[in-house]
Amino acid sequence: MAVFAKSGWRTSSQRQREALAGVLFVSPWIVSLLVFTAYPVLATFYLSLTNYNVISSPEWVGFQNYQTMLSSDPDFWKSLGNTAYYTLISVPVGLIAALGLALVLNMRARGIGFYRTIFYLPALVPPVASALVFMLLFNTDGLANSFLGLLHIPHQDWFLNPNLSKPVLIVMSLWGVGAATLIFLAGLQEVPQSLLESASLDGANPWQRFRHVILPLLSPIILFNLIMGMISSFQVFTQAIIIGGTNGEPLGSSLMLMVLIYRNAFHYFAMGYAEALTVVLFLLILLLTLVIFLSSRLWVYYEGGRS
Amino acid sequence: MNQVSDAESLPQTTAGAAVSGAVKRDVAFKRSKGGSTLSSMARHALLVAVSALLILPFFWMVASALKDNTQIFAQPVVWWPFPGHWDNFGKAATYPGFPYLLMLGNSIFYAGTVMIGTVLSCALVGYGFARLRFPGRGLLFGVTLATQMLPTIILFIPTYILFKYLGMIGSYMPLILPAFFGNAFFIFLLRQFFMGIPWELSEAAKIDGASEFRIFWQIMLPLVRPALIVVAVFTLLWTWQDFFGPLVYLSDQSQYPLTLGLFAFQAQRTTEWALLMAGSVLVTLPLVIVFGFTQRYFVQGISMTGIKG
Repeated sequence: MAVFAKSGWRTSSQRQREALAGVLFVSPWIVSLLVFTAYPVLATFYLSLTNYNVISSPEWVGFQNYQTMLSSDPDFWKSLGNTAYYTLISVPVGLIAALGLALVLNMRARGIGFYRTIFYLPALVPPVASALVFMLLFNTDGLANSFLGLLHIPHQDWFLNPNLSKPVLIVMSLWGVGAATLIFLAGLQEVPQSLLESASLDGANPWQRFRHVILPLLSPIILFNLIMGMISSFQVFTQAIIIGGTNGEPLGSSLMLMVLIYRNAFHYFAMGYAEALTVVLFLLILLLTLVIFLSSRLWVYYEGGRS
Repeated sequence: MNQVSDAESLPQTTAGAAVSGAVKRDVAFKRSKGGSTLSSMARHALLVAVSALLILPFFWMVASALKDNTQIFAQPVVWWPFPGHWDNFGKAATYPGFPYLLMLGNSIFYAGTVMIGTVLSCALVGYGFARLRFPGRGLLFGVTLATQMLPTIILFIPTYILFKYLGMIGSYMPLILPAFFGNAFFIFLLRQFFMGIPWELSEAAKIDGASEFRIFWQIMLPLVRPALIVVAVFTLLWTWQDFFGPLVYLSDQSQYPLTLGLFAFQAQRTTEWALLMAGSVLVTLPLVIVFGFTQRYFVQGISMTGIKG
């Protein structure tokens, strides 16, 4: 009895010590969650209902910022349209291109390390530098127009024509397709060879093997990349501000939501209005994420035992 | 998704293993298809074409950095500007608005500090989540996962206001301080690795009277070294490339990291393309060098986590 009591007492004291150690280990993160996550999220919603210029204290205005945004700020609608255009093209095209390249790369035996390096290289170039390179490539006298010249297509003013500035931004985003390719490649290398072989024995052609074996196994990775790509695309900033400045030249055609938020917050110090824009951006991302998640029940396949 | 759940398997997933795996698959594929050389050649041609397209902007940056101003837009196109104007690099690096060595130092300080802070804090927190039981752990970890989905902009303005109140605008503090309190994604990654270490190891150390911190520091950390390097190289890459943070928080040009310096350079000299490209090369070069030495950790990072870079 005494032994039992003693060991029971020791266990609970050990448990307490372990709990104390655990809380100490994660304490930096608890601070971060409170100071750098919970406070900013709550403050964002609160400030969006105020006028605040950082110097005087916030003045409560209710939903006025939202009313201004929706009814009398053409830049809001413009930037929303531009951001949606950019995201809805660059994310799906990027995903399909990356998946296709990964499939081709997965069939190659030799030189896979070499291709890996080439595919990852663009991810190393800081967005500021890559934006400058693309400004040079798509300059009116630049290489892109030289190629068009070879095809007898007249030179385009890529950065003066409002219809062409977003396509250039999309092409720039596709330059990063190699990194996504490598993610898919890693997923493809986990597809069990035995499954593909037995599908072949059952008479499946390459398309059927892709459609019914490879694609279901990759679908969780596709879901992950789709959501993460969508979230980061909606927040495109660096490339857009370097190409179009804070006004999204030409004619607001490259004005993205993030650039509009930046302009209102740090040029006009209209923090309340910038926060209202932020809330709208956040709700849009949340809504799209939910839609993708709900739809994923129909198209994402989870292997038993995996989470 | 694709996370490796046991630490043991990490050192084996080298590029070499992947290559040999690819060879096996290729053989199997050919056997099942009857080895069609035509489609193999088509695949090869496609890969070469795509690689050429992907390498083109990179090549063009380097080639243009070596040109003089008349060659930049010359017709016919100057593809190979060698022997080249290597003095462009010197000119760019000593340009009055682009003090390269000073900004290189700033970037190294910024990326280095954030890297140290992130690795230390995420290792501590990841270990706490993986190996120590405390009340509320599951809930806290769930919240941690959920915060990964938050777009960073929703945090940005109130955080700016907080640092404004603390009188830290115009310094590196707002850019590096948060790193010392953890990062949801890397906490999750390191937790997975710590969970894969056999429990007998820590039990034995506990019986020998080692404290929780000593077990963490002397036994556990060395075992997850490859994962720590993955966290370090991606933090370095992302911080080096960061533009929005420095743009908002820094005002004095002597504090600029390279990305912000290049932006300011471009604003001054929009037409000096050769010098701008030389500047772009100089900003990118340190990352290429780091990548050369740590390539296998980049590859592992991508396959473990789906990190895009």
